Amino acid sequence: MQTHKGDIYVPICRWVPVYADPEQRISVMSIGFLLGSPDEAVVWRGPKKNAMIKQFLSDVCWGALDYLIIDTPPGTSDEHITVVENLKKYSPDGAVLVTTPQAVAVGDVRRELTFCKKTGIPVVGVIENMSGFVCPHCTECTNIFSKGGGEALAEQFQVPFLGCIPLDPRLARTLEEGQSFIDLFKDSTAYHAVTSIVKTITERDTG
Amino acid sequence: MAAIRHRLSTVKHKLLVLSGKGGVGKSTFTAHLAYGIAHDDTKQVAVLDVDICGPSIPRVMGLEGEQVHQSASGWSPVYVEDNLGVMSVGFLLGGPDEAVIWRGPKKNGLIKQFLRDVDWGDVDYLVVDTPPGTSDEHLSIVQYMKDSDVDGAIIITTPQEVSLQDVRKEINFCKKVSMRIIGVVENMSGFVCPKCKNTSEIFPPTTGGAEKMCQELQIPFLGRLPLDPRIGQCCDEGKSFLAEVPDSPAAQAFKEIIQKIEQQCNLPASKEEETGEMR
Repeated sequence: MQTHKGDIYVPICRWVPVYADPEQRISVMSIGFLLGSPDEAVVWRGPKKNAMIKQFLSDVCWGALDYLIIDTPPGTSDEHITVVENLKKYSPDGAVLVTTPQAVAVGDVRRELTFCKKTGIPVVGVIENMSGFVCPHCTECTNIFSKGGGEALAEQFQVPFLGCIPLDPRLARTLEEGQSFIDLFKDSTAYHAVTSIVKTITERDTG
Repeated sequence: MAAIRHRLSTVKHKLLVLSGKGGVGKSTFTAHLAYGIAHDDTKQVAVLDVDICGPSIPRVMGLEGEQVHQSASGWSPVYVEDNLGVMSVGFLLGGPDEAVIWRGPKKNGLIKQFLRDVDWGDVDYLVVDTPPGTSDEHLSIVQYMKDSDVDGAIIITTPQEVSLQDVRKEINFCKKVSMRIIGVVENMSGFVCPKCKNTSEIFPPTTGGAEKMCQELQIPFLGRLPLDPRIGQCCDEGKSFLAEVPDSPAAQAFKEIIQKIEQQCNLPASKEEETGEMR
């Protein structure tokens, strides 16, 4: 057999992700797991961040996955450029853009849409988060951060609008207390909004 | 560096506005801190927006579409009022959709240019708006300004632990770079329903909020700002909430916080050590 030493591929699998659920269907990797304490600041310039991101993408043993979801910081800089550069060859499904309704926030997200266009990342859609607050005392709905900006942005850029998620203090509280919002508040508008968006994303025709 | 020191020698007080997380109201706060100080028209105020990828200050201060002019003495800030000038990468972009897709070194280069080439003139307060986090922009601004006597940093947070966790990282960043912390502001702290007047905590302070964190870390707590939909509306329209709704609880709270900040900036050096501020 004409084989050479170089033919053997040894996968580097340095890191095992952390499982967020008992059934081990949701795994997570974050620099947060590598810090000495949660208060430790990561004071890194771009090149060091880029190297970390590349390692995350190549060295984590995800196993067989249906979905890999990548959370990014705000902006269009090192992290975003590096993730896109390294993922492009794997034909990512695309980007989900999250905005709050007001013009100031939408003003930044339109630049994210430009980023997606320029880098050739398909846009899965826009989500308008923190869209309205229903007072638990009297059920009056107040648009604390305005309304409709995300939907208007999606229309202007001709990308799918995935839906609105209302402000629900219970969502923030359950996340922080390590409880499952999905199990505790199945009747909430926020839950319905999130599940509807998830359905839209998972059932979309990816061609 | 010498050029920057020379440029900033006519700036009396320099403040950085930081946050760990995005979306906590840093740019809103920066703009209103500037508006609040500039209300006294004997004071000259300037805002430098170094959020290169997400420059919100032009929109928030009603200056969208403005362009930067160059003169023999350098770049001229764009003036909101006679005594309130602004500089942002937003003024250098072709349009609202234009994205600044730059890696760190290029961003650092622009920040250096801003500090070196903008002709602020004689300024009482320069307020610097930053992007969230602790990366290139923050390291650069601290490094380039280190010979220029920065008064300190104001950290903005929302009440919940997930935000406070990132504030603690900002506090550690300030410690690492020997940056004094003027104090922490808790934004979006409670919402009063306009109909029934009951208060809801939309971002619940699950671990006691910013005040408790400040007590634990012995850092000044500057105050709370409630959620008021008119704040966001004013920012969207490029107006000052302090001018539009001056009698609201939020405007009152802003003014008290601004007063505390000005007091902190004007403390004699020995007083700072007494009050336990970090240097």
